[in-house]
Amino acid sequence: MAETLKFHYDVDGDNFTSAGAASVEVKRKLRQLGFPAETIRRVSIAMYEGEINMVVHARGGVADVYVEPNCITIILADQGPGIPDIDLAMQEGYSTAPDNIRALGFGAGMGLPNMKRYTDEMKIETELGKGTTVTMKVFV
Amino acid sequence: MKIRQIASLLDTQVLCGEQLLDEEVFSACGSDMMSDVLAYVKDQAVLVTGLVNPQVVRTAMMMDMRCIVFVRSKRPTPEMIALADENHIAVLVSCYRMYEACGKLYASGLGNEA
Repeated sequence: MAETLKFHYDVDGDNFTSAGAASVEVKRKLRQLGFPAETIRRVSIAMYEGEINMVVHARGGVADVYVEPNCITIILADQGPGIPDIDLAMQEGYSTAPDNIRALGFGAGMGLPNMKRYTDEMKIETELGKGTTVTMKVFV
Repeated sequence: MKIRQIASLLDTQVLCGEQLLDEEVFSACGSDMMSDVLAYVKDQAVLVTGLVNPQVVRTAMMMDMRCIVFVRSKRPTPEMIALADENHIAVLVSCYRMYEACGKLYASGLGNEA
């Protein structure tokens, strides 16, 4: 695998049922490419939490995944409301998810912390009223 | 412990994954919060939950789990069963409550085998 492989997904914001479909697809592709199981799990969990966040908070968005032999980069971009206080949002247990989402098993305030936990680098760029872009890297 | 023993201890119905019943599993996780399940990766192969929606199956897939036990006789939808089946995850339904189900599995050695 000499060159960077790129995958692009639209994350549907109206359908909580299908949230996570892109992460499942990335997991399948990384498995076909022969990446170590632990790397695949870290990438897919981080991306899955990100996908759920985009559906819950931002009416969906786009996911781009760049696969290189030594590094997998996930970029999740949405046009949602933005994050007013990133430090607060990064605290475990802090959540602004509505009750209907909590009833579905999410909104425990673990999404962003989990994304950080499972990746080697994470950068959040956000602007209120414009949207948020999260860039995550997992080194192989 | 084999998945077959879990099925027997918890008096479950097997909705899919009959072919997985002889697989060995070594630990389990009981939760209705999927983000909490995703937070603690320790090779848990079994998810015990009372939550019913497709994200339960996706969470199990992300964690490479082999078996989901729905407690309190919760019934997954046909779509959830199909998704689990496609991804080689056994789906069991138990009439026990979460507390009892986890207690029975733990007392029988699942997750506390030194």
